Amino acid sequence: MIFRREFAAYFSTPLAAVFLAVFVAVSSGMTFFVSNFFDRAQADLSSFFTWQPWLFLVLMPAVGMRLWAEERRLGTIELLMTLPVAPWKFVFGKWLAAFAFAGLALVFTMPLWITVNVLGSPDNGVILASYLGAWLMAGAFLAIASCVSALTKNQVLAFIGAVIVGFLFVMAGFDLVLAAVRPWAPDVILQAIASMSFIGHFGRITDGVFEASALVFFASLIAFALWLNVQILDARKAA
Amino acid sequence: MPDGQALVETRAVTKTFGSVQAVRDVSFTVGRGEVIGFLGPNGAGKSTTMKIIAGFLEPTSGEAFVAGYDSRREPIAARRHLGYLPEGAPAYPDMTVADFLDFVSGMRGLSRQETNRRLAELVESIDLAEVWNRRIEALSKGYKRRVGIAQALVHDPDVLILDEPTDGLDPNQKHEMRELIRTLAPTKAIIVSTHILEEVEAICTRAIVIAKGRMMADATPAQLLAQAPHRDPSIPQLVKTTPLEDAFRHITLEQAGV
Repeated sequence: MIFRREFAAYFSTPLAAVFLAVFVAVSSGMTFFVSNFFDRAQADLSSFFTWQPWLFLVLMPAVGMRLWAEERRLGTIELLMTLPVAPWKFVFGKWLAAFAFAGLALVFTMPLWITVNVLGSPDNGVILASYLGAWLMAGAFLAIASCVSALTKNQVLAFIGAVIVGFLFVMAGFDLVLAAVRPWAPDVILQAIASMSFIGHFGRITDGVFEASALVFFASLIAFALWLNVQILDARKAA
Repeated sequence: MPDGQALVETRAVTKTFGSVQAVRDVSFTVGRGEVIGFLGPNGAGKSTTMKIIAGFLEPTSGEAFVAGYDSRREPIAARRHLGYLPEGAPAYPDMTVADFLDFVSGMRGLSRQETNRRLAELVESIDLAEVWNRRIEALSKGYKRRVGIAQALVHDPDVLILDEPTDGLDPNQKHEMRELIRTLAPTKAIIVSTHILEEVEAICTRAIVIAKGRMMADATPAQLLAQAPHRDPSIPQLVKTTPLEDAFRHITLEQAGV
């Protein structure tokens, strides 16, 4: 029920169409012009997938920011939270709707997939795995955005907060983040942080190493963020 | 649940926001057939108390029960018996009236058939036919409020909590809303907040006056009237007040020590 309403809510304004168009345009634009898809003369989609973490970093918070902030602004959160339904069902249903929407956005990029098959013979297994990996990573960004969105009734704040948290996860494997931790933290923590890297996990998938650990990583991050989301809603009642 | 048992009960409910005590030690019970008017100045703690009974907020201390279920420990069971109109009658602006009520009904676990039957009844009793397929964002304040009431009634609950149900309605709409509440009253326990005093006389069996978070009175409208200070008729009044207004001002201003 909540899934249906939320999914429909995306399409109740022209925003959905605009979003899908921007996503397809930017991700193809990056592929062709920045990564020089044709000059590489390779029939694969790695030039497309390289950009996905960065694109999602900005676009997924835009999809997820409204999930709870909007309910708070409208006051409809009072309706939801006084219905005889456990809060985790709302959290999950809303996330699922955003996740499905992200999936739809990815489906719209599939002409690229067809194109590379016309031009050459790519490893379709790797491409399929990359698509699934990208979708799952989008899910992780959305779970973070949903979680941050529950903290505020201001969608702009929710957006910025989600981008910042997402940025930390994307950059976790890079020195920018690690340097801040290195002086004082033991090696174990350093490695733990580095292992949170979205790019690291996603990169392994697109390289064709479809290992379970990357899947488990994104799935458990989603589960954790949604769990935290429920806790935030709960804590707000006592505030 | 046996008859005569309280459908709503609060026991020493207290709510603190930071250093502000919004509600202090509020205890009362409401039985079937009663319509309680929550009266008090703005910011007195009416809405907060209602939110606590509805289970949207947790009390800092004390307990609230709906149909015998603790609204904090058994929230799902308590909410099945509750219909709640939050302040401002929030609803999803992008949905049509039909879709919105359908959504609420589904979330409340009503079957397709039950939903259709109940919605057909509500279209009649709340007079929504004209706007049935219109988006909620396009509705007038009066219709929006009616949609809010309909939403609270889809599952025909034992307990109704209505936060300012007549706010923003024109006199005719106010009258209709009061008639609706009176029609519903015999089978339910109803709490209505308002700052319109005539409303209390028109529909309430009891009035609870809250000021600065404290319960200042819990009495029938007639008893409340008896508390009005005697006015010297020889002193001319700049603004004419009714006896009930005098009682209200006396209780909320003088007794609460403002």
